[in-house]
Amino acid sequence: MLQLVVSGLANGSVYGLIALGFVLIYKATEAVNFAQGDFMMMGAFVTIWLANSHYLGLDFWVAVPIAIVIMAIAGYLLDLLVVRRLFGQPQIATVILTIAIGFILRFGAGAIWGHEPQWLETPFAGREVRMFGLVLGLEEVAVVIVTLILTWSLFLFFRRSKLGLAMQAASQNQLAAYYMGIPVKRIQSLVWALGGAVAAVAGILFASKGAVDPSTGLLGIKAFAAAVIGGFGSLPGALVGGLIIGLVEPFAAYALPAGYSQVAPYAIMLLVLIFRPAGLFSQVQKKKV
Amino acid sequence: MRFVFKRSYDDDIRWFRHRTQMMYYLVLLGLAVALPWLLDDFFLGEATNVLIWAIAGMGLMLLTGHTGQVSLGHAAFMAVGAYTNAVMMQRGVPFIAALPLAGLITGIVGTIVAMPVLRLHGIYLAIATLAISVLAEDIIIIAEPFTGGVSGLAAPPIELFGMQVSRYGTPTAFYFITLVVLLAVLFAYRNLLRAPLGRAFAAIRDSEVSAQAMGVNIARTKAVSFGLSCTATGLAGALLGHFAGAFNHETFNIVLSIQLLLMIVIGGLGSIHGAFFGAMVIGFLPQVIAIGRDVTSSLFGLGSLTIPGIEAGVFALILVIFILFEPMGIYGRWLKIRTYFELFPFYRKGMFKRQKSYLKTERTR
Repeated sequence: MLQLVVSGLANGSVYGLIALGFVLIYKATEAVNFAQGDFMMMGAFVTIWLANSHYLGLDFWVAVPIAIVIMAIAGYLLDLLVVRRLFGQPQIATVILTIAIGFILRFGAGAIWGHEPQWLETPFAGREVRMFGLVLGLEEVAVVIVTLILTWSLFLFFRRSKLGLAMQAASQNQLAAYYMGIPVKRIQSLVWALGGAVAAVAGILFASKGAVDPSTGLLGIKAFAAAVIGGFGSLPGALVGGLIIGLVEPFAAYALPAGYSQVAPYAIMLLVLIFRPAGLFSQVQKKKV
Repeated sequence: MRFVFKRSYDDDIRWFRHRTQMMYYLVLLGLAVALPWLLDDFFLGEATNVLIWAIAGMGLMLLTGHTGQVSLGHAAFMAVGAYTNAVMMQRGVPFIAALPLAGLITGIVGTIVAMPVLRLHGIYLAIATLAISVLAEDIIIIAEPFTGGVSGLAAPPIELFGMQVSRYGTPTAFYFITLVVLLAVLFAYRNLLRAPLGRAFAAIRDSEVSAQAMGVNIARTKAVSFGLSCTATGLAGALLGHFAGAFNHETFNIVLSIQLLLMIVIGGLGSIHGAFFGAMVIGFLPQVIAIGRDVTSSLFGLGSLTIPGIEAGVFALILVIFILFEPMGIYGRWLKIRTYFELFPFYRKGMFKRQKSYLKTERTR
């Protein structure tokens, strides 16, 4: 039973990390990146390409930072060259654009790396940790720890640092942010870079736990459910949402007949949307007139 | 350039702006009726496919283009239409009754679904409808006694006025059935836009606050829009079921939902023409890619070059180009070209320029 909890937590952490990517970009640009799941898939493939022995075969600890940097640059360039052209347009234009970008990434990854599932070779694969009388996979523990650290530091970044505050200001009112001397467009590109980096981390963690293929990006839909449950725009909320979904999935599969368990995450999400439209960690405030 | 002087309100809501315009559309209708004698069976099948897409596109256009509510879940309603139609026909309901009933039931289901979901705005609405699309797939599998589960259903043969109609046996008759449904939906849609309800839809799209101030009941109008949109989509789904012959939960997956939305964006949001242009792009793209593949392989002697998933990739690329350079879609480009010639030589570059705008957060509303 506890085994189930831990693997659920590890799965949930990955969902949470993808959701974190959504929330980051949403928090700072008011746009939703529907391609975040495909970003994660790209991050995983880039790392596999760098680290696995039948590709470049770099050392794992060298490959990881390089992959993160590559994905961050990719995120920055994507905003600079493509998404920025929609600056100030309604959100839905960006939604459609990023859906299309997701399709292109999926097609590109399939053309480059093929459609076969691939694994990342990690130094901690197959090793076990004994904790509280439990035997846990080292990679599962690592996933949970990395996610917690990352969420906490991003939370502090948005709460405390000058750049983080500027990002929040840029999303709340673009024009007012301009008046306060914030270079809104550059800030947005930076947050896309951050989103790319987070996606790379999520991809690395996902690929060290299981197989990756180009359609893995569709996992992003589940991460959406996570972000919505947590309340779009709240970083800890995204993680909590991810963990809820990660935990619900194995237990639904355990308790319910086959077929019903896939429905559970989305059913929870719809319930949250209907009864608490702004999510558990609500960011919405009614404007007072 | 023709100057149309409007002297009364009736002039403003007439079907056609002037007689020449009516002629154009009559010629187009004549062409559509004559099509079975101009094309061979294969291309007639493709044309039928385009018409079905256009019906579904009109359904979504009503909701997204005219009421401003984005739905990423319309494949679910196509599925409702297809399954109710097939299930009723299996139980012995004749096609001529089953098809409208399927549309009606889809509309009712859509309205019921819309009531809680449409309280959401913008991005949340898109995500909620996305979830509906995912849920629908699983529900189809669970409801096996009706839907046949994973193995799916085969659409029963159509019997109409004592005639057997099927897609491969009698493609001409099937084409005409589709055309009649399309014209009915088109007629209803065009009329709706002239009526107070259609004006209310447009008001909600442009500004909910102003619409409310003008006395539009926002919640009810949105639900009606969703219901009508689902009715048209359900009809398209029922026809698609017959067109495909057999279908299961994977026919109506999330990718179909997304494709529907992308289709009307490429065509041009907010115009009936857009639904047709988009349907043509999505219907003919696989053929164009196949022809392009043949040409490139014969030019470079590569043999038969096949890249899996190239359709989705090319389609997405076209969409990105449109969103960046022609956000109003194919219809918008057509409008610009027409204006250029009508006003020649007085066309200015800035005529269609969008006002510079800045976003504010939706989190404080």
